This record gives sequence, C-alpha cells and structure tokens, in this order.
Amino acid sequence: MDNLDQIVSEAQAAFAALSDPDALEQAKARFLGKSGQITELLKGLGKLPPEEKKTAGAAINVAKNAVEAALNGRREAIRQAALAARLAEEALDVTLPGRAEARGGLHPVTRTLERIESLFASIGFEVADGPEIEEDFHNFTALNTPEDHPARSMHDTFYLQNPNGTLADKVLLRTHTSPIQARYMQAHVAKYGQLEKMPEIRIIAPGRVYRVDSDATHSPMFHQVEGLWVGENVSFADLKGVIADFLKSFFETDALTVRFRPSFFPFTEPSAEIDVAFMSGSLKGRWLEIAGCGMVHPNVLKIAGIDPEKYVGFAFGFGPDRLTMLRYGVNDLRLFFEGDLRFLRQFA
Amino acid sequence: MKFSESWLRTLVDPKLTSEELSHLLTMAGLEVEDLSPVAPPFNQVVVAQVLEVVKHPDADRLNVCQVDIGHGVVQQIVCGAPNVAAGLKVPCALPGAELPGDFKIKIAKVRGIESSGMLCSAKELGIAEEAAGLLVLPADAPVGQSIRHYLELDDHVFEIKLTPNRADCLSLQGIAREVGAITGSSTCLPLIGEVLPTTTERRTVLLDAPEACPLYCGRVIQGVDAKAVTPEWLRRRLERSGIRSISALVDITNYVMLELGQPLHVFDNAKLDGAVHARLARPDEQLLLLNAQTVAVDRDILLISDDVKALAMAGIMGGEESAVTLETTELFLESAFFAPKAIAGRARRHGFSSDASHRFERGVDFGSTRRAIERATQLIVDLCGGQVGPVVQAQADLPSRPAVRLRTARAEKVLGLTLGSKRIAELFTGLDLAFEQQGDDFLVTPPSWRFDMEIEEDLIEEIARLYGYDNIPSQAPQGRLAMMRQPEAQRPVYRIRQMLADRGYQEVVNFAFVETDWEADFAGKTTENDLIRLANPIASQMAVMRSTLFGGLIANLVTNLKRKQNRVRLFEVGRTFHRDTGDQALAGFRQPWRLAGLAFGGALPESWGSGARKVDFYDLKGEIEALLAPAILRFEACSHPALHPGRAACILLDGREIGCLGELHPEWMQKYELTAAPLLFELELEALKAAVVPAYIEVSRFPAVVRDLAVVVDRDLTLQALFDGLKEGLPPLVKDLQLFDVYAGKGVPENKKSLALRIVMQDTQRTLLDSEVDAAVQQLIANLEQQFSAQLRA
Repeated sequence: MDNLDQIVSEAQAAFAALSDPDALEQAKARFLGKSGQITELLKGLGKLPPEEKKTAGAAINVAKNAVEAALNGRREAIRQAALAARLAEEALDVTLPGRAEARGGLHPVTRTLERIESLFASIGFEVADGPEIEEDFHNFTALNTPEDHPARSMHDTFYLQNPNGTLADKVLLRTHTSPIQARYMQAHVAKYGQLEKMPEIRIIAPGRVYRVDSDATHSPMFHQVEGLWVGENVSFADLKGVIADFLKSFFETDALTVRFRPSFFPFTEPSAEIDVAFMSGSLKGRWLEIAGCGMVHPNVLKIAGIDPEKYVGFAFGFGPDRLTMLRYGVNDLRLFFEGDLRFLRQFA
Repeated sequence: MKFSESWLRTLVDPKLTSEELSHLLTMAGLEVEDLSPVAPPFNQVVVAQVLEVVKHPDADRLNVCQVDIGHGVVQQIVCGAPNVAAGLKVPCALPGAELPGDFKIKIAKVRGIESSGMLCSAKELGIAEEAAGLLVLPADAPVGQSIRHYLELDDHVFEIKLTPNRADCLSLQGIAREVGAITGSSTCLPLIGEVLPTTTERRTVLLDAPEACPLYCGRVIQGVDAKAVTPEWLRRRLERSGIRSISALVDITNYVMLELGQPLHVFDNAKLDGAVHARLARPDEQLLLLNAQTVAVDRDILLISDDVKALAMAGIMGGEESAVTLETTELFLESAFFAPKAIAGRARRHGFSSDASHRFERGVDFGSTRRAIERATQLIVDLCGGQVGPVVQAQADLPSRPAVRLRTARAEKVLGLTLGSKRIAELFTGLDLAFEQQGDDFLVTPPSWRFDMEIEEDLIEEIARLYGYDNIPSQAPQGRLAMMRQPEAQRPVYRIRQMLADRGYQEVVNFAFVETDWEADFAGKTTENDLIRLANPIASQMAVMRSTLFGGLIANLVTNLKRKQNRVRLFEVGRTFHRDTGDQALAGFRQPWRLAGLAFGGALPESWGSGARKVDFYDLKGEIEALLAPAILRFEACSHPALHPGRAACILLDGREIGCLGELHPEWMQKYELTAAPLLFELELEALKAAVVPAYIEVSRFPAVVRDLAVVVDRDLTLQALFDGLKEGLPPLVKDLQLFDVYAGKGVPENKKSLALRIVMQDTQRTLLDSEVDAAVQQLIANLEQQFSAQLRA
C-alpha cells in the first residue's frame, strides 16, 4: 500500500504547484479521471480475492478522499486568491470628492426675516403683506403725516410718472412698511367692526421699502419689518417687554442692554428710538440705533375706524438689513444688493 | 442745534458733568449727537506780550524775543513765527507746559540761544486746523492770565438732533427750560427790559394776511454804526453754535435767535417806502434774495413788503435790495410770529433752507416776539449806538391754546405703570405747564412755546419722557391665546426658497427699479403706456419699475462671470410691477410676487466624476417640475422677448399660465456680453405656494404588466400632442404611459423620429389576462397609426 501513499503525496504536490483553475482540473484527471491512477486502482479491485477486496477498497477510498480533499483545498485557495485579486482591483480612492449638486443658499436678509417671522409667530404674530407701489394716503395720510411733511417731498420719496410725463403725485414707492399696518387695520375693521369686541391685531409686516438716498450706509431700496399689536390692554410697558424679548432671542444672548429714548414719529405717541448695546464682541458698549417704536397715534386708529378710547396699540419698525449686519458681522450694506456669489455663499 | 455748554450754564447750571448732562438730554428726547471739547487738553499757557524782537544771530528765520509773561516776569523766547512783532499779545507756553500732541515745553537752547517757552499759534493749541502764524490776541488781553480762561477754552460744544416737534429747543432758552425740567435745577433766563424810545420815528405795520402773520413788531433805529466790531464774547458764542460772524447787526440778530429762538430781520430803513406789510405774494411777483437767487414766488408765499415793493420772503429769507450793509445808518428791526403752515415747505420748494424757516415752520414762541425785539434793540444800542423809535406792534389772533385734558387712569393704562395724580402734577410743574386739577383729571394749557400739545397723548408723552422711559417697566405682555391657522394646502415661501437653495441656487435681492432697456429687452415694454417710470429716479439706470426679474439676474450673472464664477445658479423672489386697470390692492398697478431663476455653466459642478455637460433647457424644466411636484404641468412653445424663440416655453398649471422658461435670446447674449446663453425661468409665486392635501387612492394588490413599444412619427410632432391624442380612447387598464427614448438618425427615415413608449397596465381587482393586455396594446397602436400615421418600429 506504499503505492497509495505515494499517489496521494504525488497528487498533493501536483495540485499545490498549480494556480490556474483549468490546469488544476486537468491535473485532477490524472488521479480521479476515467483513467486516473485512483480510478485504475478501483477498477483493479475486482481482480482481487474477496477477503482482500474489503481492506484494499477501504485503503483506496482513504487515498481517494485525501486526493479529493487536496483538490478541493486547492480549488478554494485558487478561488480565494482570485477574489482577493478582484477586490484589490476594485478598490476606490475613498478620498475623492463626492458627486453632488453644489449647495445654494438663502440671502442673508432672508435668513433674518425668516427668524424674525418665526420668533414673532411664537407669540402669535401673523405675517401681513402689502403693495410696494403705494398711494400717498396709506403711506402718509393714514399714518397721520401732515400734508407738508418733509418726508413727502421728492427729495425723500420716489414718486411715479404718468405715461404722459406728468407727475403722479399720489402714487409713490412706499417709504416704510407702515402702510401695511394701515391697510391691515382697515381690513380688520371691515371684517370684525360690527362685533362688540374685535379680536386683537398682532401682525408683523416685512418688506422692501424705498427712499431717495444712496451712499455707503443708505441704499435706495432696503428692508423693514413693521410690527403692530392692537388690543384693549396693550401698554408701553408691554412694548418694552416684547422688544427686549425679541432682541435677546434674535441675538441669542442675554448679554445686551436695550434702551428706549424719546423720539418723534407722526404715527406713534409716545414714540421711542430703540438702542441696543452688546456686552461683548467688537461693538461692546456702543449704543446702536436699531428701531423706532411707540404707541399707535389715536389719529391713526381713528382713520382706520378703530376707537382709540377702547383699543390701544403699539407699533415698531426694525431694519432687518441692520439686524443682519450686526448678527453676521457684515460691515457694508451695499453688499446685500450686489449679487456677488462670493459674499452670498457665506450664508448658505 | 449746536451750542456752547458754558453759555447754557449761564442760564441753568445743574450739578452734572458734561457727559452726565449729555446722557440726560438724550434720554429726554434731545439726542446729543456730538459732545466735543472746544480745545484739547493743554496747560501753562498764558497771555503774554512781546516786548522786543531781535534777529537770531545764527538763523535767518528765527527771532529772539523778550516777552512779558505777567507778574513782572520777562522771559527770553526764540520764535520762528513770521508775524511776531513787538507789542503783540500772544499765547505763550511756559516751561513745563504740555501742549496737544504730547508736546512738552522745556528750557532749551535754540541755535545757541536760550529759549524759555514758546509763543503759540492757534494750531499749536489745537483750536484751529491751520494757522499762518502766532495767534494774535486783542490789545486788552490781560497779560499773565491763563489762555484757557481768557478764551474760555474749558467749554464743550453740544450738538443736539432735535425731532421736528421740539422746535422749542431750537434756542438756549428752550434747552435751559428743558434742562431745568429734567434736573430740577432752577433756571435763570435773561432779564429783558423795555428799551425806551429816544425818537418818535416809526413805520406803520399792516397785517394783510393775519392768519399767516398774526403778530408783527417793528421799530426804527437811527444813527447806527453798522461797522462796529462784534465783541469777542458774542462772536465766540455764535461760532460755537456753528454760526459765522458777519457784521455786528447780523451777529446780533443771530445771537438773539439762538438765545430766544426768535428769528429777527433788519431792513435798511432808508430803502423802505411807506408802511410795512405782511401779505401773500401777488401773481407773477419776483424777489431777489440775500443768497443772490431770484425767485418767482408762488401765491401762497408770505412776503414782507412796503407800499411799493416786496422786501423779503417772510420768515425765510430777506431780500437783497433792502438788506443792511456796512454803510447802513438806519434800521427797521423786525420780530414777528409767522404761522408754521404759512412757512412750511416753502423754502424747500425753492431748493434752500434757512435758520429762520427751519424755526418758523416748526413753531416759534409767540410769547417771546416782543422780548426778542427789546433784547436785540438793547444789543444794537450797546454795540452800534443809535436812537430808538417806539415798537410798533400789530396783532391779530394768535394760535389758540385750548386746555388739554389728561386723565390719570388713561396715562397709567397707556404707559403700563402706576403713577398717581400727585406725581403727574409734579412732572407738569417741572415743565412749567399751567394746569388745573379736577379730581384725577388735569386741564393743561399749553405754553406759547410748545406746538406739540394738542391731545391727551401729547401729555402722556411728556409724562413718560420726564418720568424716564428707562423707569417704565419692561413686561411680558398678556394676550388671549389662539392658535394660528397654518393651511396645509399652502407652502410657506421659505420652503420654496429652501428647495431652490438645496438644488444649488443662491438667492439674490435686486433693486426693483431698473434700466429702461431691460424692460424693453426682457419684457418687451417699450412705450410709456407700458412702462412704470419714476418721476425722480436717483440714476438713469434705476428709472423704471421692473415687470420681470430677469434683468437683475442677468446683471448678477455678468458681475459674477467677471469675478471668475463660471457656474452660476441664482434665484430671486420679488414683486414685479405692471400697469393694469383690473381689481388691485392699488388701483392701476398689479404687483405680483414672482420667483425667477437663472442657470449658467456646467449641468453639475465641475468634478473628476461628472461630465462637462452644460446645463440645458431640460435641466431647468426638471427643476421646475420638481419645484411644483406633484402638480402636473404643461409646457407649450411660446415666444418671449427675453428668450430664444425655439427654446422657450410657457408653463401651464390647470390651464392657467404660471410662468415661462427658456434660453436667453442670442441677441441679448451679445448685447450683455455673454459668451453663452443662460437658462432662465420665472414663475408666479402664488402658483408655487399652492400645495395639495393628500387623498388616499387604493393601491392595487395585483401585479402591473409593462409593455414597451417603439413607433416612428413625424419629427415635429410634440410629445405633448401625441399624449393628448392618445388620452382620448385610452383603454382604462392603462395606468401610465411614459416616454423612455427618442431617436432620430440611421435606421429612421428623414424627418421622422422614433419614440420608445412604456405602457403600464394594471387593475385593482384582479390579475390581467394576456388577451386583455394584447388588446389594449393593439388599440394604442391603432390609435397611434390613425392619428399620427405612426409606424410600429421593428
């Protein structure tokens, strides 16, 4: 039976020397094929006497199993090697950039307006809108602005021209978002005026406004957010509370001081200018003028059809451009309106 | 309003530093815009007299001076100033002095000669920007006195930004009154006596327009020396108030205006004929003003005239003809009250403003009119001499000052604090307001200097101001809680913006007024009837209101390409403006919100992993479909002034046009200097805001059958036309029909194209039979053949 051991070791050696699957299968034929050495031995069993047949058969089978095991082992090794080669071949440079659309972004002032709207929505302020080409009545008269007020002059306000070239002196580009107030109050009275108690008005009105002014700190078009709260029990103390709450929420800090200083606007009385001073950062300690506000002037309520004895209101107007500049550290207002992607992308 | 602190402190002198006073004024509504010292810090500079000037032996430009520095001390000082001369009085910095700019004076040798100090120019003392030589002091300056004391340099200039309602503070008297009210300090207003007439010379005054001018005081003063020199103290106060000294007479009127708030005017009495009238202008009247401007005055302009001619625009500016000169010897001095309504806006109409008009249009204290003429008379007599005629005073109805009621409870309600009537009474008293108390109500009579106390709120404001806005509590408001409606069938605009941003678009904000050309090029608006033109644009390229957002986006593209940004995606949300007689918020103008976008450059950002394909029509169409999904849009070829005629489509939603998209017209590419055409779209924002509240449709449990087929049709048949045609008579089991390939070229006849269609068939109730599927496909094929002469492709 030495012969069998020799065949097995011969087969093992032959298989191990091969790495090509086809050659391996050919080598298999030498041992296990139709006329392979093992097959021949098995064929020879029939010639043996029956008492030897059993032991010789068992011995050949052991050898056959050993050859098959060697073959399978080698097959698996070759398969593994091939797989490893393929995987290595397929490997990626995972550090190459991903494939995607570039990100765009919102305009910085849009970001601010969205934040303002959502902060005020959280205390029940709805958003109101109104036309930008406005009539003199809503922009001035309804807001208690006298006929000869300087703001009405063509030096300050853009007026339209009629097609025939004459001045349309009653049609202008709104100079503030306050006409939205006037329109909203009128609509509110039309809707609820017959009720014993009108629901409260709580609105903010963001939008673009226009003034004849253009230099480093003024743009002929800029943004404003008007706010209005009219109800039966609204006071100057509430106004102070709302504004302080807003500024702290907007700038996300308690480290700021808000001060109200007497001022004058035709549509509010008492009126105040709102200054804010930060307790840290580059603007630390400086009073920055940030908004105007006041209690709605009784004439404004009356013109809208609201009884100023019964209802009191406060109004305020912020410059979202300025708020944006302070929030993000932008130092030139004009950047907002130049459409320079290198600037705008910073707010994506 | 600009003034010197030391002048103010002669009227009211609270125990406060300049900064404290400034803060109090600001917090009372008189915003201090600037507070600056008259001179920078320096010390040990005295009035000195040059006794002797000898040329320096070793330097051409230097002199060796013997200088009396007071107390009998004479110092030797080397001086290089060109104007040094014996006898002059000049400032002298003594050894040890520290001058502005950290300049210390020591005893030193100058070219071998000892010098014990320095003679100074105004510039060296920091009180002037430039100086040609030594600051020469008046001959009577006391030698040895500190120059700071002598020139009153320890003073500050306040500059106050007044709100238009506080004209009463356009004078030192008014500010002193205000400081008294907010600090509780007593005021010491100038005592003004009557100047007794020394002649009977007079002019009659006639109020021809008594509403516009209800009070006029005038007096003749003869034998005046108009060449008299304005004294230093008066000149200094004027200059520190920002008014240049001109001549004694003009300086006096300006001084009284600053002191009492009453603008005055002096006429050359020799040039007047007959009575003085305050009357409205006559038709076609003209007047040559002091500013050398000849104005054709409108009929609503109040004039001062004599019996023959117009003399002055009342309360605005005097006329050249009757103006005083240095040769004038007799005057007619005017102090009058002109009603704000008669003055307001008139100066501005003629393109100028004056200190007088600024005050009169806001309201001048008619209680001070007479005091002012007496005050000015006294100063004229003191400084220029003269014989004084009697004051002629003409008076009609002065502005009424009806009492205003203030209810304590109302004030407390509006302000949100508890005050009590006792406190309110104190505040009113501090303001010098005359009032009568009726229980908790106050009846307040406004003083003649206030033109902003007509209603209760005016008084509430005064209370708040004096109580201190800072002292009013800041409280969280109380309101009834109600949820805000948030319709699910509306998308917030921020979400739409965010969708675009997520798809690579950057938001911009452009001006609403644009170049006239843009409206023609991008909106086809060329006639004045179409355009909305501004009457007073700030620049010609901002002359018309935009009716499309395209122009701004194209300008942004051009700018960004110049800055080497080669792939540009932009959008803007804004209103557009159209003349329209329909029913609008503002009659005549439709102002719809729109969203417009622009895409230029690669379809994807340049990358190792994507091809270099340029963005095209279908990329943009895909964006729009995604923005509006799940709405089904229709696109129809259209012509649009901004767009390539073969590459433009209007966008329809439910049969309504909601916008357009396309490639920029090649003609504009050239005009706007673009090397390739950007893609553009513009949509009505209203259509984008609409959303759909989902409604469930049963999902089939049975498998769908999919069949593909390719047909050859005419090349110019649009897909939409084909789908529309098939819709009619579509077998009900066909659930979806998609195009998955378009081919023209080899194998397809000329002027034909092959369309590959995918047909999805399904039933919710059962599995479809092969025979049904085949029949449906056959029917589709038959329809295609019949309607479009389509041929099934092998």
